[in-house]
Amino acid sequence: MSALVPLAAVGDLFPRGIAQYALGGLFVGLGASIIYFGTGIIAGASTFLESTLSYVSDADRFNRRKYLASRDWRVVFTVGIVAGAAVYAVAFAGGAWTTDVQWWRLLGGGFLVGVGTRLGKGCTSGHGVCGIGSASPTSITNVATFMAVAIGTAQLVSALGVNP
Amino acid sequence: MSGNTEEHGPLFMAVILAGGLVFGFGLALSGMAKPEIVLDFLQFDDLGLVFVMGGAAVVSGVTFFVGTTFLGDAPVTGRQYTRRVKEFDRNVLLGGAVFGVGWGISGICPGAAYASVGIGNFPILWAIAGMFLGAYAQGYWRSR
Repeated sequence: MSALVPLAAVGDLFPRGIAQYALGGLFVGLGASIIYFGTGIIAGASTFLESTLSYVSDADRFNRRKYLASRDWRVVFTVGIVAGAAVYAVAFAGGAWTTDVQWWRLLGGGFLVGVGTRLGKGCTSGHGVCGIGSASPTSITNVATFMAVAIGTAQLVSALGVNP
Repeated sequence: MSGNTEEHGPLFMAVILAGGLVFGFGLALSGMAKPEIVLDFLQFDDLGLVFVMGGAAVVSGVTFFVGTTFLGDAPVTGRQYTRRVKEFDRNVLLGGAVFGVGWGISGICPGAAYASVGIGNFPILWAIAGMFLGAYAQGYWRSR
C-alpha cells in the first residue's frame, strides 16, 4: 500500500499525463531547429511584436536596422505558427477551441507580457527554449525570474477568487 | 542592407514557414496555446509544462551544439551558426518580472498566443492586442 503512495502523488502532479506535453515540446524544439539548421537564425516569437510595429510606426525604436531587416520573415514565421496550430486543431483535436479566461485578464496580462518581453530581451521561446538551450546565464536568470513571479501572480489571482 | 535582402528569397521563406508550422503544431499539441493549461501549471495543478519547455530546450540545446561544433555555415543564408547569448543587465530582471506578472495574470505568452489563434481561440485576440500595446508602449518610452 505504502509503495502506491508515491505513484499516486506523481499522478496528482500530472493529471493529464506527460506524453502530449513532452511530444509538444519536442515539436517546438524541432521547429526552431529547422530554421536554425537552414538559416543560422535563432528565432524567438516575441520580436515579431516590435518588428511588425515598424510597418506602422515612425518611432526610432521600431525602425532599427535589425527589425527592418527581419520583419518580413518574422511575419512568415508567425503565419507558420498559426497555420501549424490550425493543422493540429483540424487534424488531431477535432476542431476549434476557445478560452474561458476573462477578456480583461487576457488584455491586461498581454500588455504586461508585451512590455516585459521587450524590456527583458526575450520570451518563453527566445529565453526559455533557445536561451536555455544555449546555456545562456542571462536567459536562465530571466526564466527563473519570470517563472517565480508568474507562479506567485497566478496563485494570488486564484486566491483572490478570480476564476477563470 | 543589401546583405540582408539575399536572405529573403523563396527558399529562405520556405524554411522559415516550415519551421513556423512545426513550432506552432508543437505549441498546440503541448497545450501551451490554452491559457487554462498554463494557469494550471502556475497554480501547481498540472506540472506538465515542465516537459514542454524542458523537451524543447533539450532539442534546441542539441541543435546548437551540433551547429556550432560540427557545421560551418547555414546553407540558405551563409550565416555562421551561433548560440543565443544576450548581454545581462538589470532590464533582464525587470523585464522578466513584468513578463511574469503578465504571464501569471493571462496564462499567455507570445508564441503560444499566435498558436492559439490557429486553434480557433478568438478571445485570444484580446491578449495579442495587449501584447502589441505593451510592446508599443515600451518602445515609445524607449524612443523618447
